[in-house]
Amino acid sequence: MHSIPGRRLIISLFLIFLLLPIYWLVNMSFKTNSEIVTTMTLWPHQPTLENYRRIFTDESWYSGYINSLTYVMINTVISIAVALPAAYGFSRYRFLGDKHLFFWLLSNRMAPAAVFALPFFNLYSAINLFDTPWAVALAHCIFNVPLAVWILEGFVSGVPREIDETAFLDGYSFPRFFVKILVPLIASGIGVAAFFCFMFSWVELLLARTLTSVNAKPISAIMTRTVSAAGMDWGLLAAAGVLTIIPGALVIWFVRNYIARGFALGRV
Amino acid sequence: MDKTINQKAWFLVLPVFAVVAFSAILPLMTVVNYSMQDTFGNNQFFWNGVGWFKELLDPSTDLGSRFLASLGRNLLFSAIILAIEVPLGIVVALSMPREGWTVAVCLVILALPLLIPWNVVGTIWQIFGRPDIGLLGYTLNSLGFDYNYVSNEFDAWATVIVMDVWHWTSLVALLCYAGLKSIPDAYYQAAQIDGASRWAVFKAIQLPKMNRVLLIAVLLRFMDSFMIYTEPFVVTGGGPGNSTTFVSIELVKIALGQFDLGKAAALSLVYNLIILIVCWVFYTVMTNAGVERPAKQGGA
Repeated sequence: MHSIPGRRLIISLFLIFLLLPIYWLVNMSFKTNSEIVTTMTLWPHQPTLENYRRIFTDESWYSGYINSLTYVMINTVISIAVALPAAYGFSRYRFLGDKHLFFWLLSNRMAPAAVFALPFFNLYSAINLFDTPWAVALAHCIFNVPLAVWILEGFVSGVPREIDETAFLDGYSFPRFFVKILVPLIASGIGVAAFFCFMFSWVELLLARTLTSVNAKPISAIMTRTVSAAGMDWGLLAAAGVLTIIPGALVIWFVRNYIARGFALGRV
Repeated sequence: MDKTINQKAWFLVLPVFAVVAFSAILPLMTVVNYSMQDTFGNNQFFWNGVGWFKELLDPSTDLGSRFLASLGRNLLFSAIILAIEVPLGIVVALSMPREGWTVAVCLVILALPLLIPWNVVGTIWQIFGRPDIGLLGYTLNSLGFDYNYVSNEFDAWATVIVMDVWHWTSLVALLCYAGLKSIPDAYYQAAQIDGASRWAVFKAIQLPKMNRVLLIAVLLRFMDSFMIYTEPFVVTGGGPGNSTTFVSIELVKIALGQFDLGKAAALSLVYNLIILIVCWVFYTVMTNAGVERPAKQGGA
């Protein structure tokens, strides 16, 4: 790949720009509050794990992480499970209203969460799912399912159609073909789609906060609440922030070889 | 590849349709219902017809002026961040190392901001920018700039824009990088034989290959910046005054803050309609681009 002059400098500067605010957050999380407020130090002079200890020992804090991960997992499983057959359908067949349906799905990916916050609150209260991980997981489907269909459709289209035909000639039934042949062939695509579902469900706050009150409160909402209640507990806030970055960083590390293709949604 | 017509494919699509319809159509019906009514609390509703819509589009009323002002701010914001992020993303993608372990490191660091919960992004920049405890705010103030994003409108805007550039340029860069990776080496060799300049290589080979992914990038960035809520809300709370109150922030203020259901619902519908139109334009352009491409290859 051809590159431009001064590329090392450009990429280094950009990466520093990306890392500097994150470094500052990590730096803060190891400081005591008195050090944060009184002095300006580039690294913690009296490093402390107290902020992290408080999060891991206080249930109202660490349960937030469990709640967040629960609805993210449920959402990812639902999204992939319903998107797989649809992606195959969109990729292989034409049917009545297919283009309109695809556009309608995409338009839901683009709809602002703020529009749905209030009606979702009413809807999930009415069916008694309010304040459960299921409510958030289902609500996040509105943008994750279309995205998963979009990504998977790109990957299914990359599988030559002859493979389907050969399998059917060999006497595979449709479900058996799907599970035994198609799914293994697009395994990397499923990984990429799962990554994106995880990502968008993990980072979303508005719906997650609106649809929960006590039992299923996500960590990001607990953070905002504590900021306003406890005043200026910067160290604790920073530590909680650092802990929300870790799951994402782990997921990126596992899919790093697919990131480039995944970000192009299987369409390059 | 020609697709066969098969109406049974609807069965494959049905689960998706059911899940999304449950989340999209039912709530949208509630919104339409509310948008025609007025409420004085106690679950008492009164028919208001298209009154809210009229008010919404009339800048002389309170609701209309708030909506149109936040819409203007939001469009300006989207335009600025697109103008920065798209060129910067292309430059970063072109600057990526070619091979070796540095590629993986760069990819992971680039993707990192994308996976941080949005309110944590806000928190990071809040902490980073504060004049008393933040590295950025402290440094700027010691250099003699009077920087304070809480009280100064310009500083608040600058902070929100830099934060968005920090948060999302990686997405554009990764998309472009994926486009660049798909260019076979033979193209570059041919360009070298022809003695093409660096700029000519970019214009004739790299840019056309990035076309499709750039379109996706612009679509995603426009949509997401147009419905931005969490990050500016955490950093500036929409202030100082109303200077960084974007459409979503205004909407949530009306819907969940004042519980003005009728106004909020009317605003939601108009907001959604704008997004739908823009989305449709992009979708048409995108599908047309997909149709044109094989034709071009066939002609070459």
